[in-house]
Amino acid sequence: MLGNTVVKLSIENNSAALLARIEKEAGTSVNLCYQCGKCSAGCPVAFAMDYTPRKVIRLLQLGMVDEALKADSIWICATCETCSTRCPRGVDIASLMDTLRREALAQGKITDKKVAVFNEAFLDGVRSFGRTYEAGLLMKHNLKTGQLFKDAELGLPMMSRGKVSLFPHKIKARNEIKKIFDRVNKMGGE
Amino acid sequence: MKLGYYPGCSGEGSAIEYHRSTLKTAEMLGVELVELDDWNCCGATSAHNTNKLLSLALPARNLAIAEKSGLGDILAPCAACYSRHKGAEIAARRDDAIRQKIEEVIDMEFKASSTTISILEFLTQKVGINKIRDKVTQPLKGMKAACYYGCLLVRPVEYTGFDDPEDPQTMDQIVQALGAQALDWAYKTECCGASLATSRPEIGSKMIYEVLRNAKEAGAECIVTACPLCMMNLDMRQASAEKAWGEKFGIPIYYVTELVAIAGGTDPKEVGIDLHFVEALTYLKTLPAKALQMEAEAEKAKPQAKEKQEMDEEALKKKVAAFIKGFQKNPEKMAARFIDNEERAGILVELVSADEKKMARLAELMITDKGKAVKAAEAFVTGEIKKREKAKV
Repeated sequence: MLGNTVVKLSIENNSAALLARIEKEAGTSVNLCYQCGKCSAGCPVAFAMDYTPRKVIRLLQLGMVDEALKADSIWICATCETCSTRCPRGVDIASLMDTLRREALAQGKITDKKVAVFNEAFLDGVRSFGRTYEAGLLMKHNLKTGQLFKDAELGLPMMSRGKVSLFPHKIKARNEIKKIFDRVNKMGGE
Repeated sequence: MKLGYYPGCSGEGSAIEYHRSTLKTAEMLGVELVELDDWNCCGATSAHNTNKLLSLALPARNLAIAEKSGLGDILAPCAACYSRHKGAEIAARRDDAIRQKIEEVIDMEFKASSTTISILEFLTQKVGINKIRDKVTQPLKGMKAACYYGCLLVRPVEYTGFDDPEDPQTMDQIVQALGAQALDWAYKTECCGASLATSRPEIGSKMIYEVLRNAKEAGAECIVTACPLCMMNLDMRQASAEKAWGEKFGIPIYYVTELVAIAGGTDPKEVGIDLHFVEALTYLKTLPAKALQMEAEAEKAKPQAKEKQEMDEEALKKKVAAFIKGFQKNPEKMAARFIDNEERAGILVELVSADEKKMARLAELMITDKGKAVKAAEAFVTGEIKKREKAKV
């Protein structure tokens, strides 16, 4: 009789606490979800995911937080916000995906190292110069991921068009930016 | 009008045309853009993928600079910068504890009193469509454009809210005010794949391909965007998407501000149209010819339609006359074409022979729609029978 209803299982204490923290940071609750699948029908990258957004929420509802953190899906999500916009129950799925990515990063459970390497290189540039250093970022990213000629078809035409500067644009208050990064590290996020 | 301006990192690099054309557009519309002093990167996707507090603090520093210099609202043309600043502004307004935490991190006073606005809000709400229309000296008549909003200009709704998240219209209105045709199409707010084009090219390239294909199928000859990342994917990576999916597009992509500036009389090269990867100057040059052709076709279509109608009326009259003549010559045979029953057919003959109007009506219907003619004939006869029965009583 209750075959189609969402049965709340008793979740182990550890993962219950983790889930509560994730929900608080994401500003949403997974128990609002009644598994209609509208998020996944509209998701433009669902075709490439191991777990569709609906399934990721289901994993969380069942307390399988670790499984969700290891899902390839959270790194495929492009944060396009279609799911959150369309959810009839007001679940902020995009924000959950975002929070899961940060949690996976903090726990070192990243399935897609390239994304993490890219983010690190990007933020290194911002920390040092206050702005994005596109050329440096590409070189660093390619070196670290061992793909020396990735996007090479873009590099030269961009340079010849003056669309990428070889040197970083530095802001004056670089010291202030470094301090922002340091204080955030000390405070450990939100 | 004076407005704070946040060009964003791409404005100094990959989206240099966007920066140039935004400045030109503002100048044309009489708006003074004041660049934020010593602004920093908003942190983009990398910051909010890594640390939430960092993703709020980086844009908040820029907002605090705007507050300090009394600029009020800030224009952020890049859709991602717009979204990040908007997010910081809203988070701080919603929760004072977060606002205080941000203040602590950036070590500046931050009241979250400045509002970040997108290029579409700037053009449609701050300036207004009518003012834009007034400035058009080189209308883009002949242009068939698919307005591409992508994600962050319309979502999440609590950040954006100025347009419909499923079927936005503001960019369409701007493009129409410039004289171009804005096409209805299904991929207006689909995602271009953003950074997946770099991190997972096999996924990203499919998403780029789908947007291009959908625009082409809708009859678009160009795509208009208001986002540097959408531009990078649709323009710079169009060739590789074509190669991966075996379909040639060659669709030029324009920033909405490039089109405003050009329609206002700016030389396309001045705003950097020659810097695009997909050649975009030629299409602009073909517009006057396309416009003339459109006009000529519309002109030709008008009198032709009238002439055709007149001819039809003339032909109909002749046919009606011929039918009546035929009926008078051989009434029984003609009546049998309407009614099988001999008795009823006989009544029909009597009826229409005595009534010119009924005869003409029947003839006209027979020529245009036989089904209707048969029904009308039956109705005439039934009515006549009833009339006669009444007369008997």
